[in-house]
Amino acid sequence: MNFDFSDEQKFLKDEARKFLDARCGIAVVRGVLDHPERSYDEGLWKAVAAQGWLGAAIPEAYGGLGLSHLELCVIAEEIGRALAPLPFSSTVYFVTEALLLAGSEAQKTKWLPKISAGEVIGCFATVERPGALDESQVQAKVESGKLTGAKIPVTDGAVADLAVVLAKEAGHPRLWLVELAGAGVTREALETLDPTRGAARLVFAGAAAEPLGETGEGMALAQAVMDRAAVLLAFEQIGGADRALEMAKQYALSRYAFGRPIGSYQAIKHKLADIYIKNELARSNAYYGAWALTTGAAELPLAAAAARVSACEAFWFAAKENLQTHGGMGFTWEVDCHLFYRRAQQLGLVAGGAKAWKERLVGQLERRNVA
Amino acid sequence: MDFNDTPEEAAYRAKAHSWLEANAPKRQPRPETGLDDSGSMGESRAWQRKKAEAGYACITWPKEWGGGGGASWQSVIFSQEESRFDTPPNPFAIGLGMCVPTIMTVGAQEDKERFVRPAVQGEEIWCQLFSEPSGGSDAAAARTRAVRDGDDWVINGQKVWTSGAHYSDFGLLLARTDPDVPKHKGLTMFWIDMKAPGVEVRPIHQMSGASNFNEVYFSDLRIKDSQRVGGVGEGWRVALVTLMNERLAVGGGGGGSNHRRVLKLASEIRTLTGLALKDNGLREKIADWFVQAEGLKYTTYRTMTALSRGQTPGPESSIGKVVSASLMQDVANTAMELEDQFGIISDPDLAPLSASFQTALMNAPGMRIAGGTDEILRNIIAERVLGLPQDVRLDKDVAFKDIPSGR
Repeated sequence: MNFDFSDEQKFLKDEARKFLDARCGIAVVRGVLDHPERSYDEGLWKAVAAQGWLGAAIPEAYGGLGLSHLELCVIAEEIGRALAPLPFSSTVYFVTEALLLAGSEAQKTKWLPKISAGEVIGCFATVERPGALDESQVQAKVESGKLTGAKIPVTDGAVADLAVVLAKEAGHPRLWLVELAGAGVTREALETLDPTRGAARLVFAGAAAEPLGETGEGMALAQAVMDRAAVLLAFEQIGGADRALEMAKQYALSRYAFGRPIGSYQAIKHKLADIYIKNELARSNAYYGAWALTTGAAELPLAAAAARVSACEAFWFAAKENLQTHGGMGFTWEVDCHLFYRRAQQLGLVAGGAKAWKERLVGQLERRNVA
Repeated sequence: MDFNDTPEEAAYRAKAHSWLEANAPKRQPRPETGLDDSGSMGESRAWQRKKAEAGYACITWPKEWGGGGGASWQSVIFSQEESRFDTPPNPFAIGLGMCVPTIMTVGAQEDKERFVRPAVQGEEIWCQLFSEPSGGSDAAAARTRAVRDGDDWVINGQKVWTSGAHYSDFGLLLARTDPDVPKHKGLTMFWIDMKAPGVEVRPIHQMSGASNFNEVYFSDLRIKDSQRVGGVGEGWRVALVTLMNERLAVGGGGGGSNHRRVLKLASEIRTLTGLALKDNGLREKIADWFVQAEGLKYTTYRTMTALSRGQTPGPESSIGKVVSASLMQDVANTAMELEDQFGIISDPDLAPLSASFQTALMNAPGMRIAGGTDEILRNIIAERVLGLPQDVRLDKDVAFKDIPSGR
């Protein structure tokens, strides 16, 4: 049995933590939070690119490090733990994975080296209205290579250079690559729940669009990208959830009420034990997702759904109960609890919410039971 | 990251499997009948002896004591392979999991020589005599008295929740030897002969209808001072050795949700809005149960991986029972609710699925309590894993006889 990361992968994780501890302290996160005109930390982005993280799972032939997705998982956990204010997930988990899954040789050769080098930020533009993503809400369309329509919200859309857009061609969904600096694109930054992870509304009026993958396979491809992103996001969520638990524990040890540390009361102990339990369940489910992602197993859709459902539950619970453990101080702007509370929601929704993923999970179970 | 054996593990698994093929008894499955399982005792003993002779009983124990002299990963692999065969019930688990390891750690040399090997070989069975009517979670509140009389001790009192007391040969007994000092300091551990005069075993009739546990009464039971395990007043320290082993044994947990059974039920039953399987409320629950059950399964894989790598497993294995017991209860309750009025029927011929969910419903409360209640397990996670302080102990520095008992 070898159901854990290797020593080399754990070493990479330790190094990533040291790097982010030094370069992405909470002041860096607040530097973005407190300045609405910024939606990520440019200096940190360059530093992360220099570490090679953006191309960790990109083959060497396309300028990446050529590591496996397991290495990307341990990096993701540390990015989540640090609440890093970066367009990392949009660029690496969504756009890079879409290019690796469906990109032509020319598309991969054109974009992946630039992504690895930190020269191109990506975004994944699928949703147009409230509610779970399905084919009926896709109104954007491409005619003669020109895209029209609007996507909202697009995480990192305000700062991205390259968008992967879901739009119909003669009524059939397809993914498209769109260069956002080109003509026919306007974007408007949105106010969001977690300002450390910005989002925008993208409006396309005849923007040049290049097909990514075949016509008619847009929904399936978008879902395949989201399966892969869900596993990587689960590691970010676990990183955040573990750190929220550590915060709660530190506070429970140092805060006294009625003459003793609040951590000696069972009401607090049991709360923190429950956070620990959910975090460990999420970690185990995410490991299974990591295995399925890395090996290309047929179980990936089910494993990704389980990883996502478990991680959404864990980070949300850890974030809200960490805040509760801090009492009134947890409700202030100065104390960091709300950063985790915001990020838990952001990560919990960005690849589709847990409710939709639960439905997907049970659908997979039904299919397997029939098969 | 994979689920594959290393070459060494694969070789051991193949060897264990072929040994089991050649030796595992062929036996028809029979329903669990609680206390009436004594009919299979002969088969259980024979199987244990056969394993011991081949080095597959107590695989991690030294060969000089009758064990296999092997590693933890070998023990895990053998258990996995053994579970694929239809082997007899295992009445030795408490003795070999808790009592005998305590004797091996704390006991006198002659006790080790007397007891370890016969226990490994299935000749003698042990039970654990800790819990009392006045102290379950608070095991150090034991009131069963042991009074010194020359070279003997005289025991009076009552134990409860004793698994297997009715077929056990020996018991590990935690008794109060000094009520004038604080509770943790006035306890002493003994081994006793369960067939001696002065020991009476009465089965407990559980809410499920089965009887898996007993009450054990002591009336002027006379034992030798040589039956003491550890020093006088050292009983709590010895008990912690036993309980440490209990947590290792119970910690694994697992199972709890059988999503296939729920899916089957939901694909056969209708709600007011259509097939139950299409009910969104139920579908969300199935997803929640699935990630808990799968999360536990992969948590045990992480533990096994640590063993496989020769490392000490992390504390994550402590979450097993606290998750699986409530999961079992929730699944059973929802399944019966789905059957609506039919859920009350226990006859498996009339309502095959509701009968099995009823069994789970009636066993789940016991699972949430036995081997550490949900609440105690959360305390343990908070204190031992997260490092939070103990609760205030009002009885810590008070003579045991002066502690309020509420009755």
